[in-house]
Amino acid sequence: MKFDKNSNSYTFIFAICLVVVVGAALAAVAMGLKPIQDANGTIKKKMDILTALGIECTRADAAELYDKYIVEEECVVINSKGEIVEGSAFDIDIQKEFRDKNRPAEDRNYPLYAADIDGEKRYVMPMVGKGLWGPIWAYISLKSDMNSVYGANFFHKSETPGLGAEISTSRFGDQFKTETISDNGTFKEIKVVKDGSGTQPFKVDGITGGTITSKGVEEMVNRTLQVYVTYFSTKKQ
Amino acid sequence: MSEKVKEPLFSKKNKKLITDPLSENNPVTVQVLGICSALAITVSIEQAVVMSLSVLFVVATGNVVVSLMRNLIPDRIRIIVQLVAAASLVIIVNEVLKAYLPDMAEKLSVFVGLIITNCILMGRYEAFAMANKPWPSFLDGIGNSLGYGWILVVVSIFRELFGTGKLFGVQIMGDAVEGTGAYSVGYMNNNLIILAPFALFCVAIVIWVQRSINKNLIEH
Repeated sequence: MKFDKNSNSYTFIFAICLVVVVGAALAAVAMGLKPIQDANGTIKKKMDILTALGIECTRADAAELYDKYIVEEECVVINSKGEIVEGSAFDIDIQKEFRDKNRPAEDRNYPLYAADIDGEKRYVMPMVGKGLWGPIWAYISLKSDMNSVYGANFFHKSETPGLGAEISTSRFGDQFKTETISDNGTFKEIKVVKDGSGTQPFKVDGITGGTITSKGVEEMVNRTLQVYVTYFSTKKQ
Repeated sequence: MSEKVKEPLFSKKNKKLITDPLSENNPVTVQVLGICSALAITVSIEQAVVMSLSVLFVVATGNVVVSLMRNLIPDRIRIIVQLVAAASLVIIVNEVLKAYLPDMAEKLSVFVGLIITNCILMGRYEAFAMANKPWPSFLDGIGNSLGYGWILVVVSIFRELFGTGKLFGVQIMGDAVEGTGAYSVGYMNNNLIILAPFALFCVAIVIWVQRSINKNLIEH
């Protein structure tokens, strides 16, 4: 039987078959590779946490170093009021919680990672926010006094190279190293400023040409740090 | 009916399908297609190689698939069908990169997804695979992506070496901070070379060199 290749019915049937076959094939590939991609994501997260603590690591040794330095028992999950809640800190996907529109901001969980580096305690706080074009996120680590910033690494998904994307350079992140997150136990905002006064306490210099990204960083850092400061102040009492 | 003589796999005609796009009919320098990705990802050789291999997979496999279906595809939706083939292959490449080369996938980020907008793909599917058997289409795909790939690699060698003093990520120009090697005699990494505009100059230089050697390519 000879089909009329250009008839409407043939075109429809062809299109439907094509979509079904291609859809099934792509779903199979995506599902098959999901476990490996998830494992990569876990390692990346461990690498990010270690980097915030100033530990150099590669994909190969990240898991080992993570187990060596991170004190699992002291990693906690806190809620927006700064109280400890049930749960494993590492399993919390703050990106997902931040993006979930059905979840009120008060219900978000905040993981806190604790590390023991050669006898000295350090803490890592992950955070997420909005840049100009997409999500931005950061890991800020604190010294054992739970107040002075030890390191800060910022990441972005799609900020403009040379402008907003500069937040992921160490030049920007290192400015936070001289900051503290509270003033005598009360939370004080860290401002991202334009006027060049970034060397003063509670101020860092923004990115030229990346105003919206800088504002996004400021909003993210202060919104998240506020919660952690509440937790730290109750813990210190 | 006389028996049809079977064409050898690598007949003169088939060999030409591979060699032609390398210089005479190069997709980047002669047809001026796929320039965007040549500008964007040629900062390092590694990226250029991974990108070229991805394009090779998408063009060669896509050519075979389109060629196998060429007698079934309704004329009215042929471009859509070609796009579906291209898009699904690109998604596969992206997923595989994310699973096995996560760091590279992060560096190439959107550009792997944007392979679909690479004009070489649709050009080959529409101009060649729709009218030819699978084997010649496969060779045509290989040839064109190699033609694309070598330009990318040449541009990236130049950019990586003079932009960062490295080749394949290995520092070979000496240490910029310590001032050893080439840096001791006053050499400095050129930051312009890392930026996209320089890739355009670089491609232009390749085109210039190629046309000085092969006068047939000069348009009048």
